[in-house]
Order: sequence, then structure tokens, then C-alpha cells
Amino acid sequence: MGNPNVGKSAFFSRLTGVRVIISNYPGTTVEFTKGYLKLGEEMAEVIDVPGTYTLEPTSKAEEVATEMLKDGDLVIDVVDATNLERNLFLTMQLLERDIPVIVALNVWDDTKHRGIHIDVKKLEQLLGVPVVPTVAVTGEGMKELVTRIHEAASPPVSHRTRDERWAAVGRIIEQVQTVTHRHHTWLERLGDASVKPFPGIPIAVLVLLTSFMIIRFIGESLIGYISEPLFNNLWAPLMMRLSEFLGSGGLLHDILIGKLISGEIDFIQSFGILTTGLFIPFGAVLPYVLAFYLVLGFLEDLGYLPRLAVLLDTLMHRLGMHGYAIIPTLLGLGCNVPGILATRILESKRERFIVATLISIAVPCAALQAMVIGLVGGEGWHYVAIVYGTLFVVWIILGLILNLTVKGFSPELLIEIPPYRLPSARILASKLWMRILGFLKEAIPIVMLGIFVITILYALNVFDYIANFAAPVVSGLLGLPREATAALVIGFLRKDMAVGMLGALSLSANQLVVGSVVLAMFFPCIASFVVLARELRLKGILAATGIMIAASLVVGSLLNLIL
Amino acid sequence: MTFDRQTTVAQMRTGERGRIIEIAGGYGLTRRLEAMGIRSGKKITKVSSMLMRGPVTIQVDGAQLAIGFGMARRILVELESK
Repeated sequence: MGNPNVGKSAFFSRLTGVRVIISNYPGTTVEFTKGYLKLGEEMAEVIDVPGTYTLEPTSKAEEVATEMLKDGDLVIDVVDATNLERNLFLTMQLLERDIPVIVALNVWDDTKHRGIHIDVKKLEQLLGVPVVPTVAVTGEGMKELVTRIHEAASPPVSHRTRDERWAAVGRIIEQVQTVTHRHHTWLERLGDASVKPFPGIPIAVLVLLTSFMIIRFIGESLIGYISEPLFNNLWAPLMMRLSEFLGSGGLLHDILIGKLISGEIDFIQSFGILTTGLFIPFGAVLPYVLAFYLVLGFLEDLGYLPRLAVLLDTLMHRLGMHGYAIIPTLLGLGCNVPGILATRILESKRERFIVATLISIAVPCAALQAMVIGLVGGEGWHYVAIVYGTLFVVWIILGLILNLTVKGFSPELLIEIPPYRLPSARILASKLWMRILGFLKEAIPIVMLGIFVITILYALNVFDYIANFAAPVVSGLLGLPREATAALVIGFLRKDMAVGMLGALSLSANQLVVGSVVLAMFFPCIASFVVLARELRLKGILAATGIMIAASLVVGSLLNLIL
Repeated sequence: MTFDRQTTVAQMRTGERGRIIEIAGGYGLTRRLEAMGIRSGKKITKVSSMLMRGPVTIQVDGAQLAIGFGMARRILVELESK
């Protein structure tokens, strides 16, 4: 346990070998993760707990932390050595509980160039529990900590009031810590500059534009030079042979290869498990997912995101959120699932509802975006701009409306701004790998299953029935052909696949724009729906779903009229 | 070090330093701010403030914290004299 952003997850990862997402901002961990550590002959269960400043929780993530404490046999209290005084408050609370504690004095390497000197022996003596200096990111001190775990103790400390606790902390600090003056580093100067309106706002614009350009450059390059050549030159001939072998037709052929488009395999239009089913996740989406998470990971580890939250706070308040909601929202641009989960860092239920609803409606995931860029981008970049512009306007307007209609008020911003740290390549790579693996594990089975189901449903003419039923809405209001209904239905499974289905319908550019926007807004994919239902409970999810359907129909119809 | 004029964190100028004398808020706010290290007696430096009553960034000990304007108005400080 420990304060937010002291390196608990890095610590956990070092102890157990379990990979968890590690970032440089408070609130990275919102759930607990379990792992195992070998202690002599025994295997001990280790739990990574969300950060908390106090055992009197103020947010959902902090509640998770306090709840976990009840089940633990021993606490490793991870303390930020560069911020000892504040961190010791939680340590004091832990010592008052009847549970053995060992203290890890983490971020120890930073104390040296910050001019902080801590007398570890003395601290150990005053606290009555073992204290071990550690650097979780590099692994320094971890061995010593593990060997001393059995020394963890629960000194007899009676319950104290807050003032008594602070007084105790004050006495300890006086005896163990000396701070010498030192000059500001360039990272600190940059840190201060980026939370001032000037030059902070120009910096933010620059950071966001650069990020977007890098993501586009990496994504396009990977597709143009690697994934498309691989699919077109290596995989396509192989699949053509299989197609011939299967007799160029029949149900099995349709399931595996799909339909041949003028005698050839078209990786978007054919819609077979081995053609489109592999091309969508690997060929079209993976390059952008990789590019997005690489850039996001860098910004996370640098410590930029909380600064962006400060700059955007005033705007976000008008939309019923505070600035920190930008973190779930940005995560949602990768995949809505972690985005919705991250709303737990927000304090109020109202805010969580607003942010989660906005994410599931107006924040397109990387998979959807990759397909939109691929398909709509082929018609011209200004069409892609219309899709993004519309979703952004929807995000703003819906936020304004929700802010006015949902009862309650938004709490004020209260966050810690971490110092900038140069990202570690090892952590960046590990995080990128986890996220990509997560995407593939999630996407591939559903895309394949989806294509299988679609082929069967087509063969049974089920879509015709649904299409007839939905025709007045789909054709009348949205101006899309009846066949697009199937894509909207499939959007429930996976959005990237659904956009692919639109691509197979030879729509006009305007229809593609309407289709993409409606798909993005209409209904969350099944994975985000499940998470949304869990986070918002029944009443919340019903409200959110109603808003989604209404908003997507209104916006889709308007676009159809305007374009 | 001597202290003179009293003001609130909201009214401090960027770069000014002072010492917190009181948090004029309810139990909940005081408790939350305290847990994050913002409490009476602490030295405080204002790092930045946003336009239109936006959040205020302060430095207390080794940590930088961003707080809402409303909270900043409730933190009373005495300014360090030049």
C-alpha cells in the first residue's frame, strides 16, 4: 500500500514478475492485481492495491485500497522518499492497525539529486518496523526488502487523532531528514512552465498535434510498408490456393475465405475468417493500436497527463467533469474498456456517469479509428475530419447537456502533479506489449466468431428480416442502404469489423461518414457494454443506453440532412 | 524569516511564497487537503494559476498539487516578506 504514484505497481511487478501497467501519474491502478512471491518454502500472495493518501477513502479507487487492507496478513508500505512527511501520515495510520508493516523507502535514487538526506537507521528505530531504501524501477534494494519481510512488525501504537498523527510525523521528520538547497533541474523548469497558461497552453497544443502526427505517421508507415505488402503479396496467393482447393464456393469457402470480388480476394470485402478476419485485427488495426499506445505510454511515463488535466480543467467543468477526466478519456481513445475503468479515479458518482457515458458515445476506440482512417480516408482527408469533428462537437454538446440535467455538482480538481521523469525504455516496452497482447486477445476471437456468425446469418437470410424491420430508420433517417443494418447490428460485437462491413457496401463518401459516426455513437461494443454495466449499475446503464441511441439517431439524421 | 500580509492562495501571485495559517473549510475538505500534505504551518509556493478561476498549482514540501479555485480561496496564508 502507499500514496498514489509512489511506484507501487513497479514494485509489485518486481516482486512477483507479474506485468502490470505502470505510469507516472496518480491513479494508474484502479483495481487490485494478484501475484505470487516465493518466500523461502512458501508462496505468498501479493496484491497490488490502488494508491491512497489516507485510510479514510475519498474516491472509489481509495475505497478498493482500504477494503483490501482488511484481508491482508502483512503490509508492504511503499513510501515516496522524496516526499517523506506526507507519506508517513498513511504509515502512521497503518501502524495503528493490528497488522505487521514493512516500509519500502522508494524513489530512493531521486533523493540524492533533490538534496534530501534521510537517516534510514533512525527512521527504522522511530517507526519500530524495518525500513528498506528501494528503487522499484531499476530493482535496487528489492532483494534486501524480500529477505527482511519476516521482520515486519506491528508495534503497539494506539489510535490517534489526526493532529496527534501529524505531530508524531513532525517529530520523526525533524530527527531523520535534512534537506539541502539545490538548483532546479531543466525537467523541473519544464514541469513548472507546462502548468502555466503561458507557455502551458501552446505547449499542450504542440504536444497534442505532434502526438497525432506521430501516431498517423507510424500507423500509416506500418500499414503501407509492412502489413499490406505482407497480406497482399504473401497471404493472398496462399489464400487463393485454398480457395481453389475448396472449389471457389460453398458454405465452408464462404466462412473461411469469404466471397471473391471479381475473382480475387479483397481483404475488406471478402469477409472470410482467414481473409478479412485476420486482416482487420492484424493488417488494419494493429498498426494504429501500436502507434497510439506507444505515444500514450510515453506521455504517461513522462508525467504529462496531469498537467494537461490542469490546463483543461476550466473547460471540462462546463461539461460536468473536472480536468482529471481527461485521463479516462484519452485511455478511451485506445480502447473504451480501460477508459471506463479509469473513471474510478474520479470522486463523485455523477462525474463517473458523465465521463463514462461520454466515452462510450463520443470517444472512438483505436480499432474503430483505424478502420475509419483506412476506409473514409480513402475518400479524402476532409471526410475523416468531419467524422472526428462531429464526434468532438457531440462530446462537447452532450457534456453541456448532461452537466445541466444530471443532478448534483462536480467536485473541484484536487490532484498531485508528479515530477517529469524520463520514461524507462523497459517499462515502455513492457506496457506496450501488454496492451497489444490485450488487444489481440480481445479482438481476434470476437472478429473471427463475428465473421462466422455473419456468414451463417447471411446464408439464413436473417439480416434481410432485420433490414426490412429497420429500413425506415436506416434508410429514411440516416440515408443508408438497407444492407447497412447488418453492420449496425455487428457493431455490437466489434466496431472495427462493422466499419469493414460498411466498406463492403460501396457507399458514397457521405454515407460512409454518416455510417462511421453512427457506428461510433450508437451502441458500445460488447466488451465496453459489460464494463459499463458493471461500473454504472442497472439504472446508469439504462440511462446511458437511452442517451446513446437517441443521440446517434439525432446526429446521424442531422449529418444526413447537412451533407 | 518574517511573514506579514495575510491573503488566500487564490489571491497569491505566481511565484509568491507564504505559510498556511488556516484552512477555512469543512471537515471533509480539511481532511482531504491534510492527507495530501496541505495543512497549517506548511510553507507554500504558488506555481501557476489558470484563467477564469481555473485551478491553482502549488508546491508544498517536495510535492506539486493542483487544487480547484474554490479550495484555493479557503486556504489562508501569510506571505513571506521580501
